[in-house]
Amino acid sequence: MRRLSVTNLVALVLGLAFLYAPIAILVVYSFNASRLVTVWGGWSTRWYAALIEDRAMIDAALASLGIAIVSAALATVLGTMAAMALTRFRFRGRLPFAAMIYAPLVMPEVITGLSLLLLFVAIDLDRGFFTVIIAHTTLTMSFVAIVVQSRLANFDRSLEEAAMDLGCPPGRTFFAITLPLIMPAVIAGFLLAFSLSLDDLVIASFTTGPGATTLPIRIYSEVRLGVKPEINAVCTIFIAVVAGAVVTASLIEKSRSRERRALLTA
Amino acid sequence: MARRLRTDLGSTVSAGAKLFIAAPYLWLLGFFLVPFLIVLKISLSETAIAQPPYVPVLDLAAGFRGIRDFVAGLSFANYITIAGDDLYVFSYLKSLKVAAVSTALLLLCGVPLAYAMARAPRRAQPLLVMLVVLPFWTSFLIRVYAWINILQRDGLLNQALIWLGLVDQPATWLATDTAVYIGLVYSYLPFMVLPLYASFEKLDESLLEAAADLGCPRWKTFFVITLPLALRGLGAGALLCFVPIVGEFVVPDLLGGSDATMIGQTLWTEFFANKDWPVASAVAVVLVVLLIAPIAVYQHLQTSEIEGRQ
Repeated sequence: MRRLSVTNLVALVLGLAFLYAPIAILVVYSFNASRLVTVWGGWSTRWYAALIEDRAMIDAALASLGIAIVSAALATVLGTMAAMALTRFRFRGRLPFAAMIYAPLVMPEVITGLSLLLLFVAIDLDRGFFTVIIAHTTLTMSFVAIVVQSRLANFDRSLEEAAMDLGCPPGRTFFAITLPLIMPAVIAGFLLAFSLSLDDLVIASFTTGPGATTLPIRIYSEVRLGVKPEINAVCTIFIAVVAGAVVTASLIEKSRSRERRALLTA
Repeated sequence: MARRLRTDLGSTVSAGAKLFIAAPYLWLLGFFLVPFLIVLKISLSETAIAQPPYVPVLDLAAGFRGIRDFVAGLSFANYITIAGDDLYVFSYLKSLKVAAVSTALLLLCGVPLAYAMARAPRRAQPLLVMLVVLPFWTSFLIRVYAWINILQRDGLLNQALIWLGLVDQPATWLATDTAVYIGLVYSYLPFMVLPLYASFEKLDESLLEAAADLGCPRWKTFFVITLPLALRGLGAGALLCFVPIVGEFVVPDLLGGSDATMIGQTLWTEFFANKDWPVASAVAVVLVVLLIAPIAVYQHLQTSEIEGRQ
């Protein structure tokens, strides 16, 4: 068993403390009884109670959830296809295709947002839920493609080859062999797309229209006016939901891989 | 084109394979490439008080005449405006400076953390990766907002500093460049750590042992062997941070001051407050031109990484 040197241990502790302290402070202060955000007035859940009354915030949260679910589903399908195309097929125009897959990962959001908005204006498409869904799908399918691609590049091709040697048509090979094997990556890609969509402020601000205010747009307009305890409460709920989903997904994946290992060694 | 398709799945090209290529390809052409060409076009138009607020409008229905009128109406006035106005030039320079400094800071913080993760006991590593990734899953906006709680005038940082006796008066943190750097390093740290960790983790340990056996001190081994071998991860991490930071909007807008804005904010203001779409488009085009070289290097690193693993 390897032991950590003192320097490495210090780096780990400091690094993780830096990553978690601000979030922990935010969560603790969301239970602060005082209206003044910097004065501790004892524990209270009054800001959570106030949230239930806040119709606009709830509407924004529901809009965000709907957009995130639909765009993540679309992005998962398109991103998985793109990953297959990049790793399994050779075709003309593969390089520009790869370039278009990787570019949205680093492209500044203001540019993606602006260009999509100008497209929607040019083709005279009314802005709202639909346009935000298109924009988020475009952004997040690249992330799905990267996650799925790394899984496809790493796994044993002999199973696919065996199936096809036995006369299984390519389409069926994909659904019977490849897809189950890359499923964890596909699920991870979906979750990533979902959380990116739920989180996005800039692209949504450009592409949204009347009646489709998302949660980040709502939070942003409040935050610009300063820190409010209600916002601390919204953020805490948000963090709890996302962290819960990620931890559950990784636990499921862990138990699945344990089952698989048990099957193989039996 | 269809006949030239060679697939690894089966010897003949199935309709399914074509669909797998065509669907994402067409989506990206329609919603990534074409929109960008529209930005390019509008950057060559003039502002107008109309809906949409720019001329000329390409009128394809008028046929060749429409195209000729359109080409004749294009102008480079927006680019001349950008080049001649200090506001824009300083904005670009400021963005590049902020991105360079914060990427350097991210390397300083990311390298020790990623190295420590890779040297941790194997069993603990998945947990450590999870711990670094988890904040990345929680909202970017929320993580930046969390720092307002800490950095504001009567916030926790000043309370702590006064309690420790390090300062007598609360210092100003919010609306300074320091706050922007803290926010950027905090938000982008996972993007830096993960590619670095991936390179450190792949490192052949026998090399380190050999160096140790030959009497090389540990710090020297790190700089002579570990870092050069992790260069690809270093490059990927640095670019994955540098490029988006140049166009960053949320962090400087919420944590930074209003005197010298970054280019992402300038574009935002030009578009939402001034409603000057052609200038906003020209700002975007210049930004893409500035970033094309680093994006190309990043893509090269990505593709060679994938091909290398196959």
